[in-house]
Amino acid sequence: MVTHMKEARRMPGAEWLKNHPRWLERAYLFSKRIIMKAYPVMKRIHPRFANWLMVRSEEVLKGWVFNCQMCGQCILHSTGMTCPMNCPKNLRNGPCGGVRPNGHCEVIPEMPCVWVQAWERSRTMLIFADDIKVIQPPVNRTLQNESAWVTMIEGRDVQTPKGWGWDA
Amino acid sequence: MRDLTTPPRSRLERVLRSGRFAVTAELDAPDSADPNDVYQNALVLAEVCDAINATDGAGANCHMSSMGCCALLTRAGYEAVLQMGCRDRNRIAIQGDLLGAAAMGVRNVLCLTGDDVSAGDQPEAKRVFDLDSIQLLQVARMMRDRGVLLSGRKLRTPPQFFLGAVENPFAPPFDWRPLRLEKKVKAGAEFIQTQYCFDVPRLQQFMRRVRDLGLHERVYILVGVGPIRSYKAAEFMRDRVPGVWIPDAVMQRMAKTPKLQQAEEGKRICIEIIQQVREIEGVAGIHVMAYRQEEAVAEVIQRAGLLPRRPRSHGDRINQVIQTTRTDSVRCVLSS
Repeated sequence: MVTHMKEARRMPGAEWLKNHPRWLERAYLFSKRIIMKAYPVMKRIHPRFANWLMVRSEEVLKGWVFNCQMCGQCILHSTGMTCPMNCPKNLRNGPCGGVRPNGHCEVIPEMPCVWVQAWERSRTMLIFADDIKVIQPPVNRTLQNESAWVTMIEGRDVQTPKGWGWDA
Repeated sequence: MRDLTTPPRSRLERVLRSGRFAVTAELDAPDSADPNDVYQNALVLAEVCDAINATDGAGANCHMSSMGCCALLTRAGYEAVLQMGCRDRNRIAIQGDLLGAAAMGVRNVLCLTGDDVSAGDQPEAKRVFDLDSIQLLQVARMMRDRGVLLSGRKLRTPPQFFLGAVENPFAPPFDWRPLRLEKKVKAGAEFIQTQYCFDVPRLQQFMRRVRDLGLHERVYILVGVGPIRSYKAAEFMRDRVPGVWIPDAVMQRMAKTPKLQQAEEGKRICIEIIQQVREIEGVAGIHVMAYRQEEAVAEVIQRAGLLPRRPRSHGDRINQVIQTTRTDSVRCVLSS
């Protein structure tokens, strides 16, 4: 990969995993169940260590598989297990109009478009295939560098601005 | 289904509701601080279209802002479409600009993501992309329908917008594009202007899917067209302008034509495409784009048999404004 942009970074083995998102779907549901139970306990024992552990493990694990940008509000399961923050335009709702005829990114010509991959991968998913059609709210930039697991447990990742009011 | 019980919010909406085949055209924002540069371009376009789009840093190149152009256009009584991109502004600036535009009399807003900075003349700039186009649509719709800012703060007078979005049926992933259009309609899009169409079969395929989803009854679709000036210009557009797809058949047709007749051939291709596009069910109009060739745009629309048009409400006001802007634009217009 010849580019200066961190979005184009790809780790060995990660592409294979993402191209078989059914495994990742199951892993997501499994780890969700464990973390939902384990994190409150860990937090009671040592809150700062618990949080540090979550952030570090997310940085390392999701960083390796998804090139995670630590936006702190993970929607991977509704974007075909492809991180939308890897899109240089940070699009959360689908591809821009600049996708090249070969399916590559407008900004980084040697990188396949995040959303072309997201669409193809979501088609092979079993549980969350249609979540890609959901409209995603604006990114909460104050959650940057926090653990998405922690914000999910605390419910902060789905809090939208008051004026967003989806179909209210 | 469209809500036709409310009065139309703009003249463009009225034209579209009437079922007439609509024509919009793109104004090239000048690299100039002179209002007459805007008016000169607008004069040519105004005779041949229903609304004039003011581009927002087209191709990430710096020109006069869309806000500036729209202020001048609405002041002269033209029907303007404000293009609002997400590349250069965060959500605070976007909402502020929307209010400012509404106050100046802009009724049509086209919400788009925008070309990346790397495509333009200042690639070292910081890209913003705080919202994406669908979130922008939703924010604008909530400002209009619920009268609130994104923060939830109330607006004393909400803006009245006819909201538009863009779509590119000619870029992958092709089978997702119609579904993404549906997302945009859900977020609030009432009209759509597409990227340049040089590949009618692909558009037909896209429109078939759009009709299956019933979207052509919920949103007015204006197909983007434009005359190519020369083979070199076509090559440039294909290779350097993001999202433009020109099939080989069109490229060969341009290449075979002698250099001096290429501009004419480009217009002929454009007219043919307009005529084919008109036949497609669900297409409500065309959006003509041509960089720095206003005369060609006018000629194409005229030869395609789409005249006459009435883009202005008050007859000679424009000439009066053009004369007065030479001396003191703001004072004269306010007093007139």
